[in-house]
Amino acid sequence: MADHKEDGKKYWLDKPGSVDKVWRALLLLCFLLTAADLFYEKHPHFEIEKWFGFYSAFGFVFSVGLVLGAKELRRILMRKEDYYDD
Amino acid sequence: MTIEQFSPGLILIVGAAFVPLLSGYLRSAYMLLLPVLCGWQMLQLTPGEYGTVEVFDYTLIMLRVDKLSLIFGYIFTIASFLSVLYALHMKDTVQQVAGMAYAGAAICAAFTGDLISLFVFWELTAITSVFLIWAVRTERAFRTGMRYLVIQVGSGVLLLSGALLIVGETGSITFGHIGIDSLGGKLILLSFGIKAAFPLLHNWLQDAYPEATVTGTVFLSSFTTKLAIYALARGFPGTEMLIWVGATMTAFPIFFAVIENDLRRVLAYSLNNQLGFMVVGIGIGTELALNGAASHAFAHILYKSLLFMSMGAVLFRTGTVNGSELGGLYKSMPWSTGFCIIGAASISGFPLFSGFVTKSMILTAAADEGHWITWTVLLFASAGVFHHSGIKIPYFAFFAHDSGKRVKEAPINMLVAMGLTSFLCIFIGVNPAPLYAILPYPVDYVPYTTAHVITMLQLLAFAALAFAVLNRYGFYPPELRSTNLDTDWIYRRLIPRTVSAFLRSLVEARNELRRWRAALLMYILDRVFHYHGPRGVLARTWAISGAALWVMVLLGGYLLVYYL
Repeated sequence: MADHKEDGKKYWLDKPGSVDKVWRALLLLCFLLTAADLFYEKHPHFEIEKWFGFYSAFGFVFSVGLVLGAKELRRILMRKEDYYDD
Repeated sequence: MTIEQFSPGLILIVGAAFVPLLSGYLRSAYMLLLPVLCGWQMLQLTPGEYGTVEVFDYTLIMLRVDKLSLIFGYIFTIASFLSVLYALHMKDTVQQVAGMAYAGAAICAAFTGDLISLFVFWELTAITSVFLIWAVRTERAFRTGMRYLVIQVGSGVLLLSGALLIVGETGSITFGHIGIDSLGGKLILLSFGIKAAFPLLHNWLQDAYPEATVTGTVFLSSFTTKLAIYALARGFPGTEMLIWVGATMTAFPIFFAVIENDLRRVLAYSLNNQLGFMVVGIGIGTELALNGAASHAFAHILYKSLLFMSMGAVLFRTGTVNGSELGGLYKSMPWSTGFCIIGAASISGFPLFSGFVTKSMILTAAADEGHWITWTVLLFASAGVFHHSGIKIPYFAFFAHDSGKRVKEAPINMLVAMGLTSFLCIFIGVNPAPLYAILPYPVDYVPYTTAHVITMLQLLAFAALAFAVLNRYGFYPPELRSTNLDTDWIYRRLIPRTVSAFLRSLVEARNELRRWRAALLMYILDRVFHYHGPRGVLARTWAISGAALWVMVLLGGYLLVYYL
């Protein structure tokens, strides 16, 4: 159903360098949020929550682990798209 | 009986029967009116038990009104209205009737006060909902629907068996706290567990939901599994086993979600993961945890519908929801993109969105009770759900590399439905008080503390960073056209293959026996022929001299015996 109207509109995300800007903004955000750990009072349930940047590290490490783990799972689980059809 | 004594769900079930009689705008208006009437009647209800019918020695309770049944009744009604609105452009009478009756059956089930009525509506949700899959009208959909139906009806049979055992023991069919001490209780837990997609019992969900129609999946995502959550919260609160079951449920489906290509199937895996949070809440069983489970079910129905709606819109316009074939759709479907992102933010639990104020109650309850392993798993699952539902879904559908697809924006009724649902997601997130007011127990929980907001943002920002790093440096697994094996492999491959291999071996054994029999027969005939045939030793004509010699030997032998 691809349409013929290439409307000629320019999109910000298509501009060279825009994706890099998003990337840098994300890095800055991560830095600021982690730094914020110094400036508020924590109400931890567990000792480990008191560590500086615990949630930041947890979020990063486990997300990377999730993706790489899932990638390995593909070796075992992945079949052709029509696997069940034949 | 006055009107207040009828289950509000009956309005939808009976109302569905009249849908085929109307046409055009009248039918659309009528279908939108039914959930409104249902909701209106629900608002008139006051706590208590109504519509009781005596059958033999047992009391059927058609309508039990308390805070737990009401909150599920409310959200089921809202979901039915939004789903009908989303499907308003569609002219398929089968789906319209089935969807309406399905929603009604779920509402009736949530309000029944006894196990037998529960069983009846439990099965009715199965039988009505399968038409939303069959309505695709392909061989593939038919087979998927059959698998779905067998499992759903099977769950009902387990429920009935358990109920009968419990009636035999206690003499009562009331549906209250059940517990897992008796065999009946175990069977009922298994029945609920199938519908709630417990680990290893889960795969009907990922198998069936993505195969339903564009609008059918939106209906399906709201009712069946959350009815099971309601039933678990009613029958098994504080059952410790559920903490482990639920924690497993939050964690393992997200691995599948990362590698799945069909984006509606990704959502089905994340649905499974979200159910896990609720099951953990029920297992913990404190007031905070049960409030968390109920409120999370409420919020979840909205954002999960919203996500399925946006992917449905993509499927409707482009004809596919495979991540490998999509990308760049934000240019032609900007509204759908925006609504999808709101759903994604809600499921991920961003501050100001609905998931933030509900899921956190369950995590807090787990931490309060000192379940640190469970708490860690839930935290991992929270990061994971952001990863696959929050980022992967919008990213691969609407951004990523531009697929070159240029389509029309979704139909206006879909956009309005998505807009309303988005509004509710944000409304709950910004102002949780009205939701907290209808929870089963009084709420003493403040979601918006500095610590909670910052830690949640840290978790999410760094999960996003992980995605960005992996993507930027080429470690992120690409979307591939593929099928990933899950437990449905057991009944779609292993069992059929084993059975057919067994049957093949039986046939071979029979053929082998026949070969042996034939060979044996040939051997016997051969021997007989050998001795008795025309040249056989026993059929030979013998010479006189030879015969005389034999006679002499015989007589000599006789003489010998005589003298002895």
